[in-house]
Amino acid sequence: MNGTYFLSLIIFSPLLGIILLAFVPKTQEQTIKLLGFLATLPSLILALFAFVQYLRGYDLNRLAEKHNWIHFGKFSFLTESTFAVDYELNVDGFALVMIVLTALLATLAAVASIHIKKEWKGYFMLFLLLEIGMLGVFAAGNLLLFFIFFEITLIPMFFLIGKWGYFEKEKAAYSYLIYNGIGSAILLIVILILFARTGTSNISLLKEMLHNPAAKAQLIAPISNDLQYGLFIALLVAFGVKLPIVPLHRWMLRVHVQAPPSIVMLHSGVLLKIGAFGLIRFGLGLFPEQFRHFALFIAILGVVNLLYGAFLAFTQDDFKMVLAYSSISHMGIVLIGLGALNEAGIQGAIFQVVSHGFISALLFLLVSIFYERAHTTMLGNLGGAAKAMPLTAGFLLAGAMASLGLPGMSGFISEFTAFLGLFKVAPIIAAIGTIGIIMTAAYLLRAVLNITYGTAKRDYREVVDIQVIEIVPVLVLLGLIIFIGVYPHILAHPLQATIETMLDGLGG
Amino acid sequence: MKWETLVQYKWGMMTPEFIILGVATILSLIDLFMPRGKDRRLLAWFAFVGVAIAFVSVIGLLPAKTASILYDTFRLDAFAKAFKLLLLAGAALVLLLALDYKPKEGIKYRGEFYYLFLTALLGAMMMTSSGDLITLFVGLELLSVSSYILAGLRKTYRLSNESAMKYVINGGISTAMTLFGMSYVFGLTGSTNLKKIAVQLSTLTDGGQQYLLALAFLILFVGLSFKLASVPFHMWAPDVYQGAPTPVTAFLSVVSKTAGFVIVLRLFITIFAAAPSHGKDPSSMLLSMQDYIAFLAGATMIIGNTIALKQRNVKRLFAYSSIAHAGYVLVGFAAMSWVMVDSIWFYFVAYLLMNLGAFAILQVISDQSGSEDISHFAGLYKRNPFMAMTMGIFLLSLAGIPGTAGFIGKVNIFLGAFMTEPAHYVLAAIMIATTVVSYVYYFGLFTQIFFRATAEHEPIKLPLGVTIVVIVCAVGTILFGIIPSLAYNFLDQFQHFGDFLQ
Repeated sequence: MNGTYFLSLIIFSPLLGIILLAFVPKTQEQTIKLLGFLATLPSLILALFAFVQYLRGYDLNRLAEKHNWIHFGKFSFLTESTFAVDYELNVDGFALVMIVLTALLATLAAVASIHIKKEWKGYFMLFLLLEIGMLGVFAAGNLLLFFIFFEITLIPMFFLIGKWGYFEKEKAAYSYLIYNGIGSAILLIVILILFARTGTSNISLLKEMLHNPAAKAQLIAPISNDLQYGLFIALLVAFGVKLPIVPLHRWMLRVHVQAPPSIVMLHSGVLLKIGAFGLIRFGLGLFPEQFRHFALFIAILGVVNLLYGAFLAFTQDDFKMVLAYSSISHMGIVLIGLGALNEAGIQGAIFQVVSHGFISALLFLLVSIFYERAHTTMLGNLGGAAKAMPLTAGFLLAGAMASLGLPGMSGFISEFTAFLGLFKVAPIIAAIGTIGIIMTAAYLLRAVLNITYGTAKRDYREVVDIQVIEIVPVLVLLGLIIFIGVYPHILAHPLQATIETMLDGLGG
Repeated sequence: MKWETLVQYKWGMMTPEFIILGVATILSLIDLFMPRGKDRRLLAWFAFVGVAIAFVSVIGLLPAKTASILYDTFRLDAFAKAFKLLLLAGAALVLLLALDYKPKEGIKYRGEFYYLFLTALLGAMMMTSSGDLITLFVGLELLSVSSYILAGLRKTYRLSNESAMKYVINGGISTAMTLFGMSYVFGLTGSTNLKKIAVQLSTLTDGGQQYLLALAFLILFVGLSFKLASVPFHMWAPDVYQGAPTPVTAFLSVVSKTAGFVIVLRLFITIFAAAPSHGKDPSSMLLSMQDYIAFLAGATMIIGNTIALKQRNVKRLFAYSSIAHAGYVLVGFAAMSWVMVDSIWFYFVAYLLMNLGAFAILQVISDQSGSEDISHFAGLYKRNPFMAMTMGIFLLSLAGIPGTAGFIGKVNIFLGAFMTEPAHYVLAAIMIATTVVSYVYYFGLFTQIFFRATAEHEPIKLPLGVTIVVIVCAVGTILFGIIPSLAYNFLDQFQHFGDFLQ
């Protein structure tokens, strides 16, 4: 227990924006948009500050916070801390990188929200609530707190999709709610079984309880080997919905197409990554033995994701659908890296999580810029945009290059390391997977060429090219993608400790 | 009985009951002599103050030692104190709803409206403290008979008549079954005192008699499931809820249901926990019957949640929702873990707040529009943002979303189910699956409130009593969701109701 509130401050500073927004009259469009944008800044500044300090050698454990919160019954025959849930936050290198990613994308998405047409006040209040949930997920120190933040993202997303989305928004919102509701229901069951049987939900304590034979004797009720396998599979399904792993992906397509692009930036950039984060943190962290048994299966799932997404992306008519399938395909690489279960593989997986966060945010930002001008994202109705909007078209090409893994950009590093990992373990599966990389190039170029070149299918005469306010976030994202691509050490260094701990857990 | 022995009893421990009895009597007299046509809403405040004083007196009794008077028929233990607080709080909020209840055709018998709530409440309170089958039954009947009349108070409204009629007939059948079950217990032990019964039954070794006792258990449970509105006696709930005046519906779904669980816990734990049996646990009839309770709990959750999906009448929807919630609480009972009574108590705190809040909003909307169709919720967000926001909180809590009391309540029940060895995985799986199903109808209301446009743009006004209820419930729902320790620290003083069997 100590006096720092730094992490709480990062997580809950958007709350200040929500409170201030409550007092702004709902017709004041400019004020609301400005306030919504400003409210995302404190988190970003603090997160960046922590990140820089960490790079200079600051010990992240000193940021940990802990306060008493709930205890479910005090029994004389149990210790004080049994069945107590504390409000505890802590971060390691991986979590801090994710927090920086989240805070940054939130700020950029707030800028992209200038295209929102109605009810800005409700929009930004929910937007900031969503940010709180996303930031909290990465800093939660126990499973119950993790779950609470996880669910906090669910409700604002439901409203943001259902109210501000496109034509079939309500259907998409319901689809999102039910799929993710089932996913988090399964997650809750896993968390509570662990909590009920060990008496704690603290992540590091749980690791101890599950693997240290001496601690195992102190369980409230036994956790059998079969139960551990059951819990692991349940976790895989729960996070598999979020990631998404292929048979569980239907909801995510709807959300990508129907939600407002600024929200999809966050959805694709951060929310999907929560699935990967959870799989790494809890699947791998708490159940390393089970993970090892399933490693090959996970790698195969990854290849299936990669190929399925890539092939279907090739056949889509809607640019948003292309990007949605592309997200599925790219999440396959995360699974491939994890399935390899060696240093290169895990590093590649985490790199892909971060890198795809930036790339997909960039692409959806460009989608929103295009949609503003062309009022459609159907490939057949676009074309010839390069003449009317040379800058936008250029950025789009750059984004596509990043996505298909052009060397010198972040996508390349992550794909390369992930595959490197898998080739060491399962060369045949990895070889099949590489077909996906070729397909990625094919579908992205097809889509981009359709939009930018060819004859103009519509009247672009009155269309203005990208404006200053839109160009800034594009440049920030593109800059970061290239920076990581050229200097991957910026990510590799903070992640080093996390990866080493995980490999220790795997026993070699 | 001699006068001296009568005077010696510590009557002080019955103070809350005496207050309610006194207020109910005075109210009925005032109502009798008050000129016709005079506004009787003042009586509601009087009743409210009475309930509030009784609430304070229960708090005053909290430090009192566990004791019993009147030959063990009336006990004041931790269980009684904790649940009396709940019943009184629920009744107080319901009275505030009744104060502002304005059906289209007007209500003729306002006086009765208020004091019948009090007599029903008195019955429920007697049940929490009963140590004897007779007083338990009298309390149960007092609650039931008062509720029958309350359900039919809208005399000129056809559905209200139907509601009262159905309620009486179903109630009659269930009462008969309860009594029938009790007669077995009496026959086996020759006593109506719960403690004596428990002692007698703990030495029951004859296989045939154990079989009879198991039968008595099931018959009693089926009879009492009427009050819980759980399977197999749930069919009355939708019709009765729909036809009864809204405050009465709120009363039935919260106070009456709580009282139902009170009698179930009191009766089954005291009598059956130590009785040997032929079943899977030879030392305890209660544990042997676990599977049956679990089965009924599962059926209750499935039936309540799936039929609710099809409802367009919001009152019926809430009837099925309340059936589902009875199922969740039954999971806590069926698990029979250390935290059983604690988790049930907390769940009812949460349920009281979120359900009464939702009924308060529903009452205003249905009073104004004259119907309970779900479409009248459309555009509420535009017509009254405050109501929309608070209704949102209640719905989130009912759905069990984190940040609300409903979530903590569910977590605690799950904990109980997973804590025991063997754990109740199937039951918990049904509970979580049906919870996700419940998202569909709770969020269906959300869609109406926030997404749909409405033709009516006339703003909705909230009357004073309802406003108080809504604010109290919304604040409570959030507060117990974010700082549940408030309730758990309070529960600590009861030490997990360990004095239950003393």
